[in-house]
Amino acid sequence: MSATSAATPPQERTTAAAGRPGDPHRRGSTLLRHLAVVVVAGLLLLGVSYVVEPFRNFQLATVAAYLCATAGLTVLTGLNGQLSLGHGALMATGAYTVAFCQNAFYDRGVTGGSLLLVSLAAAIVATVAVGAVVGVAAARLRGPYLAGVTLAVAVVVPALTVTFDGVFNGEQGLSVPVEPPPLALGAYFPYERWQLWIAGAATLLTLLLLANLVRSRYGRTFRAVRDDEVAARLAGIHVARTQVLAFVVSAATAGLGGALLAVLAQSVSPGAFGLTLSLFLLMAVVIGGLGRLAGAFWGAVLLVALPDLSHSVTEQLTLSAAAAQRLEGNLPLAIFGITLVVVMLVAPGGVQGLLSRLGRALLARLRAGRS
Amino acid sequence: MSPMHRTARRGLAIASTIVLLIATAACGDDGGSGSSRGNVPGVTDTEILVGTHMPLTGPAAAGYSKIAPATKAYFDYVNANGGVHGRKINYKIMDDGYNPANTQQVVRQLVLQDKVFAILNGLGTPTHTGVLDFLKTNRVPDLFVASGSRSWDQPEKYPGTFGFNPDYTVEGKILAQHVKTAMPGRKVCFLGQDDDFGRDSLAGVEKIFGADGVAVKQTYVTSNTNVAPQIGAFKAAGCQVVVLATVPGFTALSIGTAARLGFKPQWVVSNVGADHPTLSKQLGEAAPLLEGMIGGNYLPMQNDTANPWIQLFTRINKEHNGNAEFDGNTVYGMSVGYLFVQALLAAGKDLTREGLLEAVGKGGFQGPGLVPLRFSADDHSGYGGERLTRVSGGVQSYFGPAYETDEADGAVNEYTVTPVQPPANGVPTGN
Repeated sequence: MSATSAATPPQERTTAAAGRPGDPHRRGSTLLRHLAVVVVAGLLLLGVSYVVEPFRNFQLATVAAYLCATAGLTVLTGLNGQLSLGHGALMATGAYTVAFCQNAFYDRGVTGGSLLLVSLAAAIVATVAVGAVVGVAAARLRGPYLAGVTLAVAVVVPALTVTFDGVFNGEQGLSVPVEPPPLALGAYFPYERWQLWIAGAATLLTLLLLANLVRSRYGRTFRAVRDDEVAARLAGIHVARTQVLAFVVSAATAGLGGALLAVLAQSVSPGAFGLTLSLFLLMAVVIGGLGRLAGAFWGAVLLVALPDLSHSVTEQLTLSAAAAQRLEGNLPLAIFGITLVVVMLVAPGGVQGLLSRLGRALLARLRAGRS
Repeated sequence: MSPMHRTARRGLAIASTIVLLIATAACGDDGGSGSSRGNVPGVTDTEILVGTHMPLTGPAAAGYSKIAPATKAYFDYVNANGGVHGRKINYKIMDDGYNPANTQQVVRQLVLQDKVFAILNGLGTPTHTGVLDFLKTNRVPDLFVASGSRSWDQPEKYPGTFGFNPDYTVEGKILAQHVKTAMPGRKVCFLGQDDDFGRDSLAGVEKIFGADGVAVKQTYVTSNTNVAPQIGAFKAAGCQVVVLATVPGFTALSIGTAARLGFKPQWVVSNVGADHPTLSKQLGEAAPLLEGMIGGNYLPMQNDTANPWIQLFTRINKEHNGNAEFDGNTVYGMSVGYLFVQALLAAGKDLTREGLLEAVGKGGFQGPGLVPLRFSADDHSGYGGERLTRVSGGVQSYFGPAYETDEADGAVNEYTVTPVQPPANGVPTGN
């Protein structure tokens, strides 16, 4: 985890300042500051949802859904030091739970906009349960063994959906019936804008809670356990409990992310939650900047933009049809891999680390110029 | 000024800017949508933009990846001959890797971003099933789906969706009828894809043999390339005839695995997985294993060089498809293109989505098919029957009559009408 240690020093400084005990003024402003950021981001999202095309709305909504998962993962891996290769499977858990709930409501003729909230909540609860089980196992394991267990989860969950095809309908998957936008918004309200509102609201709420958690006592114990378990134990922190808690929190966000993806696609199938998704999530978090929520955002953007990007790249090139096909299928993987290598070499703090370094340099120059 | 104060003022400034932005955007949006009404998405005076989703990569790419290029080649040919009502057809092909999750993405991109006029020949049962609702809510014509699932034939629920392939249930009945009459008393087993493809096909086979008539029923998933357990079960049960509802990759895999296990039943294969050139290529040196394989088909056989349709398609393949290897998928892709041009012509010069659907619903299209297309107001399934093929001496050819039947309990009947000849210049003419 050299990336972690390299990425964290500047963060340590700010958090230490923000969360200093016995400084009530500072502590109060943390929540307010997060609230203000979320409100501004929400308003910005609302504005953007009216300006951009439906397809961009859909893509942004997908970014929001991925962001739920990457934010949770970055807290787990970056702040608590637990590596998870199984978050794709946790997303699948949330997605299938939403599918089951929505189908159950639909079959019984129960309709209403608020039912989606019930389904999303059920998805979180189900993923928390799965996350707790995996988390307890994970708390006993370190390094490659932990990676191994979570990897097994990533492989097993999609396979389960194929094995018990009577319940999960195999690779074809299940459809997720979702209510159209409320009529109060107008008869021709674009469906994709509504999707962005749902996904955006859920994600901003998640980010607010996570940001507060990170700055709280729990966030500090997460970091203490990551940095030195023995020291943390000496300081009176229950290491295993902290690790399970971190895993459960991160599982809940992954479950919500998966649930949102299912709602967006109005369907769920194991192909969407394969091993590559789990690996992509981790890569996205590392490229974005491990341990930073803002980094999780860049990672989520990358997850959505990359397939699109590789498609336009292959379109630009004049290749034979066969070569273009092969390239297009594999290009995202290659770009992702190369980006990861380059980012690790050039900017170990990820995109966000690079940005804040640039920002600081710019600020310093401005100050120097002024004085 | 205290830092808190400054932050608050800055926040207020940002917030008010955003609110202003939203207000202007909301107004602009209303005006914009008002003026664009009446325009048909994807249609200009000179062009029609049509999209499709295809497995160019992934487990179903073998063979199927050649379909869309063939369709595009036919459109290029029509475009070179003046287009349809003066409009050129632009066919945008998106790869979904036969993964339903990817199909969701690429079809949204085609409809929302590229604003295609229609989705044509979207391939795959599991993949296309997931976008039916999306296409319906966006009122996008969803024509000639490249699959035989019965889901396409629901005019009440999906008025904009029409199939192309024969129903898998119709096909299952025809294949099973042949097994019943030509190989009476044999032990019949079934391997199907674990989705509506396999299920619909099995339903057809069981309509002929009864629910107990199929000794062993197995399924496979495209994400698992090991079919040894299924083939092993057939061998252990002593199956003599195995009906395959499989995509080409898995037909080849099943036949290859059976040979490794020393199991040699009579293979009877669905039309979507029975193209001999595709399977030979997959099996490589083991291609002779295909000898005696029985399959279904409903389009001219690719090696029948005396057939005028094959002559036409071979010529187009040479001129517009880089002389790609000519196989059943090429014939299929071009036949789809021919039918779509017929539909466009029937829809008239003032092309609208509603007009196109109405024209297809009227039916009456005559093309390369050996059996009739069934399109009508209350039937959205594609071709209504099949003729059987056999591989003999390394050559796949038709034998016996063509058959047609329904997906219910109707009898399997011979169909004796001779197919029409292609028009002289290869482009259908409007009525």
